[in-house]
Amino acid sequence: MKNQSKRVNKLIIYVLLTIFAVVSLLPLYWVFSTSLQLSSYQSEDMERPVSYVDSNPPKLYPMGIPLYFEHWGEAREADKAGNAEEEAYHREMMDHIVDNTFSSFVSLFQKHDVGKWFFNSVYISVVVTVGILLIDSMAGYVLAKKKFPGRNLIFWIIISTMMIPGQVTLVPLFIMVGNLNLMDTHWALILPDLSMVFGVFLMRQFMYSIPDELLEASRMDGASEWRTYWTIVLPLAKPGLAALGIFTFMNVWNSFLWPIIVLNSAELYTLPVGLKTLQDANLASFKLLMSGAAVAAIPMIIVFILFQRYFVKGLTLGGVKE
Amino acid sequence: MTQVPMGAVPKKGEEKLKIRKRSNQSIWKQMKKNYAAYLFLLPKLVLFTLFVAIPVLWAFVLSFQEYKIFGSEFAGLQNYITVFQSAAFMAALKNTLLFTIVTVPFGVITALIGASMIFALGKVSQSFFRSAFYLPTVTSMVIIAMVWRWMYNYDFGLFNYILGWFGVDPINWLGQSSTALWALIIMQCLIPFGVGIIMYLASMGSISNALYEAAKIDGAGSLKQWWHITVPLLKPTTLYLVLLSTIGSFQVFTQIIMMTGGGPGNATETLVHLIYKTGFRDFEFGLAAAQSVVLFVIILIFSVIQFRVLRHDE
Repeated sequence: MKNQSKRVNKLIIYVLLTIFAVVSLLPLYWVFSTSLQLSSYQSEDMERPVSYVDSNPPKLYPMGIPLYFEHWGEAREADKAGNAEEEAYHREMMDHIVDNTFSSFVSLFQKHDVGKWFFNSVYISVVVTVGILLIDSMAGYVLAKKKFPGRNLIFWIIISTMMIPGQVTLVPLFIMVGNLNLMDTHWALILPDLSMVFGVFLMRQFMYSIPDELLEASRMDGASEWRTYWTIVLPLAKPGLAALGIFTFMNVWNSFLWPIIVLNSAELYTLPVGLKTLQDANLASFKLLMSGAAVAAIPMIIVFILFQRYFVKGLTLGGVKE
Repeated sequence: MTQVPMGAVPKKGEEKLKIRKRSNQSIWKQMKKNYAAYLFLLPKLVLFTLFVAIPVLWAFVLSFQEYKIFGSEFAGLQNYITVFQSAAFMAALKNTLLFTIVTVPFGVITALIGASMIFALGKVSQSFFRSAFYLPTVTSMVIIAMVWRWMYNYDFGLFNYILGWFGVDPINWLGQSSTALWALIIMQCLIPFGVGIIMYLASMGSISNALYEAAKIDGAGSLKQWWHITVPLLKPTTLYLVLLSTIGSFQVFTQIIMMTGGGPGNATETLVHLIYKTGFRDFEFGLAAAQSVVLFVIILIFSVIQFRVLRHDE
């Protein structure tokens, strides 16, 4: 009796969570579904091509999939019946469907700068991530493990700015970037991103747990500070570095407000900025927009799936407040 | 979660430092001895000073100035007076507050309930649902906003289509002031608070099983256990999540610029979108700086209040 009610409870939990999960994943699903939706499908018996994008009622999956198999089946039957003309037609329709399904991805890379935007996003994210990992782990290490005059003062000054919302610095940064002649360059994105303080906090918290004896032993062996840091501290801090790296990469990849302020030239855009201009131009079909969105979303999804456990670690490490 | 190094205050190190200070070694000598440490800090300090510290201080200065390319003029409180007299700012303040007051509690409570349900499942299901709820968080808000704009589309959006099943007339969700802000609030509520779910799950894992065993012996059912053990013990996490999402919510921007542009009228104007418009469309730098200082103060006040309220009744 008790076991049965437990099972019912579990079932209710599964049903509720599944509903939540569907709602949660629906927007992403819609991005991929629409990006692959047929936008101008025309078979023999149709007067003009039909679009299943923006159709009412909405098509909940790419129509190319069932249509492709329909034609495939008919092509096989025609082949069995020895009707070569019929078979050729259906084979042609299959090609037509495949072309139309991926058409927007082709035009994104041919007619628009998406290839360039993708490259910009990748290289800016990588440069900032590598830079942050190096700079912040160096700072975090000495703030956690060294005793020197001014250490606590420096730490608290850096930490207290974490409370200040980033928007406060928008206008002064804009003026500074203008004065430094960095407007409409990637430096305008990279330098402020490298200055973020969250990583210092995270690294210091993490390196606090490295045993002093290890560092002491290294010093006894006559290793320089840099050698100690490079060969002992960094390897021990790997999980923390992984977490920080992933969060930095994600933040830079998705960063939006500052890039739309400082970037003007289309060839310098990052993916989010490019997507906004595509939407603003109103020229792009919804299929094209969603294909662009898919290109922007896929790398983050892959990073997330590969490094899931570090996401969890980073959240719980950076988040805990005493 | 308790295994995580939480040494926010370096007790041991501080004591050692004090002892050293008492010795006769001069500060100068100590600095010389530790020159390597300063070298390690140098890159961050330079970047921090240039691109964080100076801009922050400058923002405060700018907010008291009328900005001109060749020599700004001191304007006293004029910018702040203009800010509080402007209808757009008051609308933005009101909208941002409403947005925050609805979406933050909703997000945190659903994260708590969601995490509690996930926690009851096996390992495989746990990691599946955790990913399903966290995936929207790693996706750019630009993308999510583009999809939701379609869902709210008058002619072929999903919502009007569903309303059609029930014979309800289509609604111009984003196009009329009476529904636009609520449309954005509903959207925010339906994006799962992935960070919250992960953090709650981690905290639940560190609650000792003995507490539940004891409650079971006393005859408490699972709902009672949840309410009297889980929820109170998760309070520090809840406090942190409320703070985190309040700060985030006050900075809502991407949805606004992608979906409504603050309109119709000022119906969906928010503080950060207004700062963006004032600074980078109208190029009123002094005014935008004053608005951003006000935003900072509001966030600060809210953080302090929440911290006190949630901490107090422990």
